[in-house]
Amino acid sequence: MNVLNEWAFIGVFFLIAPLLPALPILLGAVFAPHKPNAIKTATYECGVETVGDTWVQFKVQYYIYGLIFLVFDVEMVFLFPWALAYKQLDFFAFGAGLLFIFLLTDALFYAWGKNALTWE
Amino acid sequence: MDCINQLAQCLNQGGMDSGLAQFISIFLGVVLVATFPLLVTILLIWVERKFAARIQDRIGPNRVGPFGLLQPIADVVKLLSKENITPAGADKPIYNLAPPFMVAAVLLVWAVIPLTPYHFGVDLEIGALYVITVASIGTLAVMMAGWASNNKYALLGAFRVVAQLISYEVPLAMAVLIPVMLAGSMSLQDIVKAQYGMWFVFAAPLSAILFFISSQAETGRAPFDLLEAESELVAGFNIEYSGMKFAMFFAGEFMHVFTNGVLMAVLFTGGWIGPFAEQAPLLGLIYLLGKASVWYMISLWVRNSVPRLRIDQMMDFNWKFLVPMSILNVLVIAFLLQVIKQVGLTPIDPNNFIQNLPQTVVLLLGNVFVGYIMLSWVRSKGRQARAADEAKKMPAAAVHAVGD
Amino acid sequence: MVVGGLTPQAIAFGFFTILTLGGAFGVVLNKNLVRGAVWLIVSLFGIAGMFVLLSAPFLAAVQVMVYIGAIGILFTFAVMLTRSMTNMRQRFTTQWWSALIVVGLLFVFLMSGVIVPVWGGISPEQAGDVVATTTDLGVALVDGNQFVLPFEVASLLLTAAIIGAIVIARQHEEE
Repeated sequence: MNVLNEWAFIGVFFLIAPLLPALPILLGAVFAPHKPNAIKTATYECGVETVGDTWVQFKVQYYIYGLIFLVFDVEMVFLFPWALAYKQLDFFAFGAGLLFIFLLTDALFYAWGKNALTWE
Repeated sequence: MDCINQLAQCLNQGGMDSGLAQFISIFLGVVLVATFPLLVTILLIWVERKFAARIQDRIGPNRVGPFGLLQPIADVVKLLSKENITPAGADKPIYNLAPPFMVAAVLLVWAVIPLTPYHFGVDLEIGALYVITVASIGTLAVMMAGWASNNKYALLGAFRVVAQLISYEVPLAMAVLIPVMLAGSMSLQDIVKAQYGMWFVFAAPLSAILFFISSQAETGRAPFDLLEAESELVAGFNIEYSGMKFAMFFAGEFMHVFTNGVLMAVLFTGGWIGPFAEQAPLLGLIYLLGKASVWYMISLWVRNSVPRLRIDQMMDFNWKFLVPMSILNVLVIAFLLQVIKQVGLTPIDPNNFIQNLPQTVVLLLGNVFVGYIMLSWVRSKGRQARAADEAKKMPAAAVHAVGD
Repeated sequence: MVVGGLTPQAIAFGFFTILTLGGAFGVVLNKNLVRGAVWLIVSLFGIAGMFVLLSAPFLAAVQVMVYIGAIGILFTFAVMLTRSMTNMRQRFTTQWWSALIVVGLLFVFLMSGVIVPVWGGISPEQAGDVVATTTDLGVALVDGNQFVLPFEVASLLLTAAIIGAIVIARQHEEE
């Protein structure tokens, strides 16, 4: 029950944390002038008028970085309990961790070799 | 958390229903813990500008109040009075939610930081993992900000920022693995208490450096600040934000840098540990803030001294240097810990300084070894690159010589 | 404290259920793709909350870190990169009833698997009594008798994922 209390703190924190910075923003909305016109609300593009659809060029690079990050994120998820229990364990644990990390580092070097990590 | 429980009991005895008392005391605790960093941020605005000014051989704000101390208040008043221009076609709910969520992502970290031996928000048993988790929420807020502005430069800027943020999360998390391994617990209070015998910065300096560099990149500080460089990409993802929303992004960034300083202090330099910290908890808070300020000053110093990296240099640096180095670091420290255990050098009483020395020395040597390997590898790469450049220039020089 | 017959856990459970299911409805019913991605993130937060209620804070953190922090970002990348900003709407497909049948069958299958314990041999009541810490998880992951093999196979799976992603991306680049 005490653990749940701790998480109740975090839950309330999650609710309050966006509200605290929202207060100055609302205060600003009260004090600031509010006179929108077509020129002020136009999209900013270095002073030039926008032409055509707003389309962002598809770059595979972003996606590749995202994917590699995802794989390393999952690796981290596995490594945290390993590191947590590490002090109580023996060399076998080190070997298991070594194999795990080694396989993923292999994948990183593969990506490196295939120039997937270079930002074009 | 203990204070919150005591307050709840107090209210309960005063006649209030126990559940409601619990809720009210939790609420007050949350507000207290969440307001503290916001107040510190107001001071930080002044510190940043004065420090940057002095490094640049000028005085900085000195007109508003003694030594310019009231400058942040003037800034806040100015920003409050600026009109909030919402761009046409912006996705209003997401546009308005992005700034509070970015600040919230930083505030949430403060819930688990142990301020003194007895005062903290909560002592989560997964404290270190929680810190990294909350960092990933911040990247989402940036994405939302860039998207909702309905501006393709903002979106491009947001993509680059998010790519940078997610890339540098990998060495950040790997660097946090080391204090967790050394302390045997993910709870931040336990990590601090495990440093009674020896601060982790001496046993694992490479991890401290890795964490420092990664956290600089995570907050978008120089040398990684291409994306907020005022002279470059027209201010990036927060270009369409004005007034207080823009102020929130900036305040969030300052708060983030200070929070990283506090995390450095907690994870590597012993947090609230210092003489008489247990008897007088306020001293513990002062020690923590002092250590955090030292790290904060170092990050300000770096920010004002080094040129910026291009985005491709940043990404190469992360994936081809920091990530392999952090992986090697984890493996070497894990190996050495096992060796230490077999040889019998593990300190029996972790709080004893002398007993910790042999383990610390061994780990330190391991760190130096890893650092040496990585640096010599980079040096050889650099030499290769230079030799290749010379070779390209050589034929041209030979042609010149023949032509004379 | 009991509010109208509900304990705080029940209130929290109700809140997270609304978050999860409401988010899921938002994903499916919203025609704007980016709003759909935001609702998905809301739904995933609900699931993280459920993990906390089940005394598995580590899994909750994993949920936020991996699902929201990595997969959510990938989703938004995909959505934002492959559509023009002024054309974010998607039509409903007309064959939603076949999807409904398939998903309904899957749901019945999964629910029966949970209620009548065909996997693992323990009923939900027994599972609720198991309390293990993250340290136990760490020990179990490298214990020769427990989960060290799935641990290593997981890394193989992740390696295959990276290699596959790079192969596909390079094919796309060469086009």
